[in-house]
Amino acid sequence: MSGPSFQYSRATNLRDALILASQPGTAFLAGGTDLLQLWKSGAIAPTAVVDISRLPLDHLEFLDGQLSLGSLARLSDVGSHPDVTRNHPLIASAILASASGQIRNMATLGGNLLQRTRCAYFRTEGLACNKRNPGSGCGALAGESRQAALFGASASCVATHASDLAVALAALDAEVEVFGGEGLRRFPLRDLYRLPAETPERDTHLTAGELITGIHVPNASRFVARSTYLKVRDRASFEPAVVSVAALLHVENGRIVEARLTAGGVAPLPWRLTRSEAVLVGRAPDAQAIAAAGDMAVEHARPLAHNGFKVALLRNAVIRALQTIGGQP
Amino acid sequence: MSPESSVSVSLKINGRDCEFSAPACDTLLDVLRDQVGMTGTKKGCDMGACGACTVLADGRRIKSCLALAASYDGRSITTIEGVGTTDNLHQLQAAFIRHDALQCGYCTPGQILSGLALLDEKPGDLEAIREGMSGNLCRCGAYPNIVAAIAELAGL
Repeated sequence: MSGPSFQYSRATNLRDALILASQPGTAFLAGGTDLLQLWKSGAIAPTAVVDISRLPLDHLEFLDGQLSLGSLARLSDVGSHPDVTRNHPLIASAILASASGQIRNMATLGGNLLQRTRCAYFRTEGLACNKRNPGSGCGALAGESRQAALFGASASCVATHASDLAVALAALDAEVEVFGGEGLRRFPLRDLYRLPAETPERDTHLTAGELITGIHVPNASRFVARSTYLKVRDRASFEPAVVSVAALLHVENGRIVEARLTAGGVAPLPWRLTRSEAVLVGRAPDAQAIAAAGDMAVEHARPLAHNGFKVALLRNAVIRALQTIGGQP
Repeated sequence: MSPESSVSVSLKINGRDCEFSAPACDTLLDVLRDQVGMTGTKKGCDMGACGACTVLADGRRIKSCLALAASYDGRSITTIEGVGTTDNLHQLQAAFIRHDALQCGYCTPGQILSGLALLDEKPGDLEAIREGMSGNLCRCGAYPNIVAAIAELAGL
């Protein structure tokens, strides 16, 4: 099983990578775990790949509470690094919940954030999918919709984003640094992804040839005692989330000062539960406050024929996550 | 480096230097099996799901079906052919036999390589072994015995 052949080149520096990638039909290769699957399944057919895996972008720096990560750092190295396990347990557990040991050794942070959807219609040749073949329709909309999104979907696409790491980073207000024709720019991770609307073939706001060079995570020391990544899936390991929740609480004198909640598996991008966050602030982390946050999380959910169970699952996952870190009132 | 349709790749495979040219889109798995003739590494799903193609790259376990050969130029690869011999099995291979950790044996090379790397990662309990081996499927369902074999060597 393989797709049409492609040319290969290896970039020795960022500028080189940009020049090599300026040809239409070119794809960047880092860990290769998503790219080669997409190529083998026929979802993409690059005419050339530019290997960026040897660019010096695998750093990990923890300074004054802020974590800076190179986009080419491998998931396994980041997830097991003491600075991460100690200061950002949410990131470490989201990474450990991702894929399998072998894949985590290969996959890079940047590639993980930019992985394409796991929607079966997208990954299976011959099925209707606007992401894969614009204009062919969305097979999942009226078909098998168990995986489909509850939020942010459109009549063109109901696919969900599968990155666990992105859910954790969105909750932490992380920023991404990208390099391209316009030079270096830095913006919040939540602005990386775009909703499908009428053009679901585009997942992100990156321009052609632009690549992620780094990830910056602001100080989260106030959350360290109360953070969790809850991933609900169809089997215990090596499986994308049906629903996941990243939750962070900062509690002082028995009251919630700040709450962060992001859901995975329910939208085309990490879905920040801002209304649930707002309802928690100023209250004790008791059963009533937690139940209110659970209710708020699903308020605007729009299930399809087969994913209605996700509404109750998301509500309960939010409640379980908050119970885990809220402690007994 | 300008784009090429064919690439020349140097690998140290099981301690031996190998050089060959291959189509740019060949995976490490294809190269090992078809160019080097080492067929101990298996092609199961060829999509990163089953783990039958697991090898070590500089001591770390990877799925060779998702590894582009050109990208691994210059790296050290360990395959099942580099682990133990018929007369002198690696202790993990011996433990697999003792614990009856296989039936058909198709997934076993990948299980052994993955298990070897997992032992280096020092799993703390049986759950960590089960989680750590989730990237290797066994259609015969020998999972409890695979876990037991690795656990024995991990001292658990």
